[in-house]
Amino acid sequence: MLDSGSGHARSGTVLLQTIGLTKRYGSFLANDAIDIAIRPQEIHALLGENGAGKSTLVKTIYGLIQPSEGEMLWQGEKMVLAGPHDARARGIGMVFQHFSLFDNLTVAENVALGLDGKESFKAMSARLEQVSQQYGLPLDPKREVWQLSVGERQRIEIVRVLMQNPKFLILDEPTAVLTPQEADQLFVVLERLKSEGRAILYISHKLDEVKRLCDTATILRGGKKISTCLPREETAASLARMMVGTEIKQVKAVAHRQTTVPRLVVNDLSLAPDEPHGVHLKNISLELKGGEILGIAGVAGNGQDEFFAALSGERLSRDPGTIVIDGHAAGHLSITARRKLGAAFVPEERLGHGTAPRMRLSENALLTGHAASGMVHNGFINTAATLATVDRATESFDVRKAKRDPEAASLSGGNLQKFIVGREILRNPVVLVVSQPTWGVDAGAAAVIRQALLDLAAAGAAILVTSQDLDELADIADRIAVMFHGRLSEPLMTADADRETLGLLMGGSALTPKDVPDAVGA
Amino acid sequence: MELLEAIILAVLAASTPLLLAASGELLVERAGVLNLGVEGMMIVGAACGFAGAWATGSTLIGALCGIFAGIALSLVFALMTLGLAVNQVATGLALTILGIGVSGLIGAGFVGERISTAPRLYIPGLTTLPFVGKILFGEDGFVYVSIALIVAIWYFLYRTRAGLILRAIGDNHVSAHALGYPVLKIRTLAVMFGGGCAGLAGAYLPLAYTPFFVPGMTAGRGWIALALVVFASWLPGRLVIGAYLFGAVSILQLHAQGWGVGVPSQLMSALPYLATVVVLVLISRTRSGGSTAPAALGTVFVPDR
Repeated sequence: MLDSGSGHARSGTVLLQTIGLTKRYGSFLANDAIDIAIRPQEIHALLGENGAGKSTLVKTIYGLIQPSEGEMLWQGEKMVLAGPHDARARGIGMVFQHFSLFDNLTVAENVALGLDGKESFKAMSARLEQVSQQYGLPLDPKREVWQLSVGERQRIEIVRVLMQNPKFLILDEPTAVLTPQEADQLFVVLERLKSEGRAILYISHKLDEVKRLCDTATILRGGKKISTCLPREETAASLARMMVGTEIKQVKAVAHRQTTVPRLVVNDLSLAPDEPHGVHLKNISLELKGGEILGIAGVAGNGQDEFFAALSGERLSRDPGTIVIDGHAAGHLSITARRKLGAAFVPEERLGHGTAPRMRLSENALLTGHAASGMVHNGFINTAATLATVDRATESFDVRKAKRDPEAASLSGGNLQKFIVGREILRNPVVLVVSQPTWGVDAGAAAVIRQALLDLAAAGAAILVTSQDLDELADIADRIAVMFHGRLSEPLMTADADRETLGLLMGGSALTPKDVPDAVGA
Repeated sequence: MELLEAIILAVLAASTPLLLAASGELLVERAGVLNLGVEGMMIVGAACGFAGAWATGSTLIGALCGIFAGIALSLVFALMTLGLAVNQVATGLALTILGIGVSGLIGAGFVGERISTAPRLYIPGLTTLPFVGKILFGEDGFVYVSIALIVAIWYFLYRTRAGLILRAIGDNHVSAHALGYPVLKIRTLAVMFGGGCAGLAGAYLPLAYTPFFVPGMTAGRGWIALALVVFASWLPGRLVIGAYLFGAVSILQLHAQGWGVGVPSQLMSALPYLATVVVLVLISRTRSGGSTAPAALGTVFVPDR
């Protein structure tokens, strides 16, 4: 490791270094002069809110994005990457947050696509089995990806990267979609990779994980590096302060006024999927009283989307009695009819489901408000009423936007989500069904949204929240149920729902064997 | 026996342009691009193919002219949909209208001209075998090329790395880009290949099927080829079956008229299209068992850099 002309005492031990790395999109600085150094046998956390520039930075290191300014050093030498092939050739591997997998191809084909194709498919398949056994990441090479669970999909990504025998791995929010137990298994693998001398750049916003796993942490905010610190010497609060820049408001529940009237009842709801890869809902029952918040936990893709569609009326049920809204059988009713009964719905996807991206906020207010809010008279739109809704949502929920009535797509994720939740809450619903209320939303906006849900419940509405964020559910829900393979567990009181119990339910292992006919993929 | 032989020969001839055009479109759609301009590329291929063969007297040069005409038109499509990220459906429809116009312009001077049709294979001893001789060993070159082509496409898709990459791009172009594959470049090549196949399929009509050129002589075969790809659920094996089935339907309706079957001839002429509709309905009703449609089919991709 004798680099000629090297003046730095430790340059021999630095594996990857970025110097003043900058990425500009027009006048927007996604990365502003970022310096970061990663050493072998180190798990280095990259912390930051959404939009802090984490993804841009790692995509640059992986060669997917060309930097506008600055340079990268790899083992002390200047590195210019023409593309991911160049990065892989040096020993840089990446596990993407949104998996870069191909649903209709087999596991082995997916792995082959991530390699540079220098060995035969047969030899590659054999090596795949060997590597997956070696690291305790079992995979069946012949299965097609769409049949696999999220945890198994992530295993493919990791095995694919490991087969390149990388010196440096980038993992982008690897635990976002895992159960706590699956995350623990992943940490074992990561520790092992570290002990083999590899370096890992670990992107996350889960602070307890970072404190537990990582040796070093670099914090980004608004495209700038805020600091590099030792996470074990920081507190979760001090890390959060650096990420957000201000103290985060704690949400607080007003003492709930539980009424005895059930507002939302689901009776033995079963529904076959309408898509080839959909989930079959099986015998779901629940009862939700006014003033109560029920949280539904579960790994994504276990029927939450299908359940939302059944509740909102996007899919109708043959038997009207399966869904009862405020005392009225509603299983056969359309979305509009359900809204007229006092129900409101906030889907997971903000753009394209919650709002029409290229339409103005006032038009988007009309899309859900037309049934009951005096926005339409004799078929004509009352523009003053739609604009008033936008103004009220803006004021009550601190929606920040460039002009009074912009296109939905021009708002940031957090502000758009505040608008959508506000739009529904302003209709004074008696039942609110909301899916992933704070997914991809910055901490400040998340606090506003959670507080709004608590206030709505305090006013007597029944709220059903689907979320993959267990901390969020623990914060706001009175009871928590878990969805697994289209079935819903008995709700637990939030106080009794510790992470381990929920984790077991999320993995399906707490259900009785007869409930799980097809063994959960190991 | 002789009638059966004649029917089989006619079915093979009628099916070949369908198979050629659909083979190309299958590869294009497997790459995630929906080019609805097959009919337009075919008709331009027919006009240019006839022009080439008329000028030189060579079927081969005519066929090459057809192929290059198809590629040229497909490049317009590639420039619009891949380069400028325009809607693929609208561009494909526009391409068909453009192709019909261009072919009329090119072919105007050739209407009424005749050329000699493509030579047929003749192997002494084999071609003279009773019944199978002419069917297996007495076809024109296009028939053998069409079969070789679909076998080659199958081998390419399922046995080569390049084919795997092409399938991956059709399944998820975002992932393919993230792994560093040149999505737009590969799609452009696929579109060009599809254009060449459509051009060849079009050239077959005036070079081998009939010895003259008539405006609009593709008569909707490009649309049938598009339906065929869906009918085959994007699988090469089923594409061959579908092509010969559709060819057979179009021939049988001619014979049915000859036999005096009491069905209006217009209805019989509509049979291939009706069959297409029925097949599409059947497919959409039985799709549940693992769809094979390329997931990214018809979607626009703009790489971020």
